[in-house]
Amino acid sequence: MKLLIKGGRLVDPAAGIDRVMDILVENGKVKDVAAAIKKTGNCPVLDAKGLVVAPGFIDMHVHLREPGQENKESIASGAQAAVHGGFTSVACMANTEPVNDNRSVTEYIIARARQVGLVNIFPVAAVSRGLQGENLVEMADLVEGGAVAFSDDGCCVMKADLIRKALEYARMLDVPIIEHPEDHSISAEGQVNEGFISYKYGLRGILKAAEEVIVARDLILQERIRSRLHLTHISTAGSVGLIRNARRAKTPVSCDVTPHHLLLNEERVQNYDPVYKVKPPLRTEADRLELIRGLQDGTIDCIASDHAPHTRDDKDKEFEYAPFGVIGMETSFPVIHDRLVRAKLLTLNRLVELFSTHPARVLGLKDRGRIKPGLPADLTLLDLKKRFKIEEADLRSKANNCPFLGWEGHGAIAHTVVSGNIVYSYKNR
Amino acid sequence: MDEKIKAKIMDDKKMKRTLQRLAIEILERNREADKLALIGIQTRGVHIARRIQVLIKELEGIDIPLGILDITMFRDDLHKHEQQPAVKKTRIDFPIEDRDIVLIDDVVFTGRTIRAAMDSIFELGRPATLQLAAFIDRGHRELPICPDFKGKYLPTSRRERVKVILQEIDGKDEVLIMEPKGF
Amino acid sequence: MKERTFRQDHLLGIEHLSVDDIETILETAEAFIEVSSREVKKVPALKGKTVVNLFFENSTRTRSSFEIAAKRLSADLINFNSSVSSLKKGETLKDTVLTLEAMNPHIIVIRHSASGSPHYLTTFARSSIVNAGDGFHEHPTQALLDALTIQQRLRTLRGLKIAIVGDILHSRVALSNILLHQKLGNEIALIGPPSLVPAEFAKLGATVYYDIRRGVRNADVVMMLRVQAERGARNYFPSIREYRNLFAIDRKIFSLASRRAILMHPGPINRDVEIETSMADSDESVILQQVTNGIAVRMAVLYLLKGEIHETLN
Repeated sequence: MKLLIKGGRLVDPAAGIDRVMDILVENGKVKDVAAAIKKTGNCPVLDAKGLVVAPGFIDMHVHLREPGQENKESIASGAQAAVHGGFTSVACMANTEPVNDNRSVTEYIIARARQVGLVNIFPVAAVSRGLQGENLVEMADLVEGGAVAFSDDGCCVMKADLIRKALEYARMLDVPIIEHPEDHSISAEGQVNEGFISYKYGLRGILKAAEEVIVARDLILQERIRSRLHLTHISTAGSVGLIRNARRAKTPVSCDVTPHHLLLNEERVQNYDPVYKVKPPLRTEADRLELIRGLQDGTIDCIASDHAPHTRDDKDKEFEYAPFGVIGMETSFPVIHDRLVRAKLLTLNRLVELFSTHPARVLGLKDRGRIKPGLPADLTLLDLKKRFKIEEADLRSKANNCPFLGWEGHGAIAHTVVSGNIVYSYKNR
Repeated sequence: MDEKIKAKIMDDKKMKRTLQRLAIEILERNREADKLALIGIQTRGVHIARRIQVLIKELEGIDIPLGILDITMFRDDLHKHEQQPAVKKTRIDFPIEDRDIVLIDDVVFTGRTIRAAMDSIFELGRPATLQLAAFIDRGHRELPICPDFKGKYLPTSRRERVKVILQEIDGKDEVLIMEPKGF
Repeated sequence: MKERTFRQDHLLGIEHLSVDDIETILETAEAFIEVSSREVKKVPALKGKTVVNLFFENSTRTRSSFEIAAKRLSADLINFNSSVSSLKKGETLKDTVLTLEAMNPHIIVIRHSASGSPHYLTTFARSSIVNAGDGFHEHPTQALLDALTIQQRLRTLRGLKIAIVGDILHSRVALSNILLHQKLGNEIALIGPPSLVPAEFAKLGATVYYDIRRGVRNADVVMMLRVQAERGARNYFPSIREYRNLFAIDRKIFSLASRRAILMHPGPINRDVEIETSMADSDESVILQQVTNGIAVRMAVLYLLKGEIHETLN
């Protein structure tokens, strides 16, 4: 099986390349990258003229809900949503039913992913058994079974002693610990960012400090342990500052931010529309702007969607009773490209780093996040000129809890190529 | 709707004479002055009633009690309005029971306002008699209602409107017939 | 008198009302006071209209006040009681309301512990929605009846200093009153411990005091809020005893207010907790007048709302 991708503008920050190149794919791997590759025999050609060819995008934080909550999403529907959003790989969180805290669940997810095909799925296992925050999972066994990272995600590891031991143990295995920083004793039953808006609309608040005390705690522990610590979906200017300082002090840490925290602020909750109910909550405009600065100065490594599907009924409720979360895989690229790259707040090269190069590095996926002969041919092709409206009917996710419905997308995913197979193509015009 | 004046029916002198006649007629009909009470219908009926009250005091030296009635809550067309009409105050400080009540309004037209006023009054008690004084009767009745005392009978067409202009509200006294512009 | 127009489909909160709307409601309420003083306390203004009282929290006083208001206007009224409701069987609020709406009511009065529930109803309901208290958010009819009481006692609603004492953070009564008096341009003093009176309330045009003596100085209205023991359990303050020592109103503290000052409380009062018992029964206390005015204000609100947002089904 061959595929020749001709005439695209290849943007690969890992290799420092940004120019028009042809790519020859053979047996799922990149065979050759060169200025002009001749077509041989009946090799199919993908015309990439006018398109950007990037190393396959990686969403390092998604919830696929399978096993257990297939009414919200499944590995099959989630994979469809992923390739629609240009993602060739996704890392899925452990809060399934049962929890992914043992090898059999990890292996089940990988087996299901293989059946579905389409997209590479990398399971993230829980840090603690049952996400209870008490006892470590069998990390080595899980790594052998295919887990690429460990995270208690929304539960956050509340005991400092446990996160210390998890970081130490993970260092032996050279795998990352992904922390969702939230001190539950502070956030408690909070619904939205605590401040003027929460007071005025009578909603329980989540103090920024709920996030920042865990960021600070983990960074202090990490100063000595020097494991692989990744802080996911940070949302406050304070967190950006803490991480910036830690990096200056050469403490190993990485972090990501979501498109919704980059593009929306707390004022959205004024109509009590549960689609804007997320954790961490949408913060102030000042926080939002500082997150963008964090992207610009390299403090923030990745953009991840925290794709959290819920059924329509789940979200059609009183604000307080609706679950947290938005879906995002299908809209991440178009909204970030439109609002940040076209607005000249980010370069295209930086966007590719945030969507591919860095997530691959953080998750330790050594053969992904770059385009190089011998590596799997995972590619995301972008049409930067394409304009369209983000509409519910186009979503492939089972869920519709998307805060960007009705937004103008400027820049679309043209093709998604996973292991040399074109798994998604847009309908141009 | 834009309107223009079609005719001036009364000036201040004529209005004063009419009110005096109404006061005398009411007194003639109601010999037991201590049972008599006036109730003006919001808004212009109240001012007419107050003037009649003053005229009776001048004529006979007696104080006749005066009540104020807002009939909004008793209207039969509340469900037809885009927006609820403003409710104004009702204030009747005397018992209605066994009194001779004279309801007073500026203009009687379809009779529906008077119907609402009658309903409203019967919620408050059972008067001995209930009489109606209208400063202007312009016809077009839709209900079996006929004033006991009329200031003036004024035949009009339906599209016209009778305006009783009062010193207390408008700064002068006159009665006009208005008609839509373009006729 | 100038003709007013009231064009609200719902009463969700003071936030959405203009000063003109507020004045219209109060003027209408004043006209309705007379109805309650009659022998026959009934007018046919809402004859043929159906009002649903949809209460998901226990509140005998507010529920009965709306009930009496609806009945004095001759509306038909259904009380939907949550304790025997299908909510316990796991029915959603949406399904409950859609079921009720299949019976074609005109107005739904809702009390719910989740802030924003009345707003949520407006996204799908066809009736006019009246917020009778949502979570920690608003309780607009309470603020309106408070305003009516102030106007009756002080003969004005302008140029006043309003002091509100207690759990501002969790009080929908406080928030609706703050928004109302902010719109009317009155001075607002908020008094309580920092855990219950966040400094950000200053952004609503209020001044925050932690010392009740300073806060009530020269106030024309002193509004006490009910202390919930449950807040103490959550460490918003150490104990009722300490709260009383710092923030309860007694004659001595009340004497710092202006000479004409009145004492208000939305009820139910905790005697000798936030309010010294003799103060509750004093001449300055308007607590029972507030209750009476509640009926007139709720009559005005029910009367002014359209009750038909869309053409009804069938």
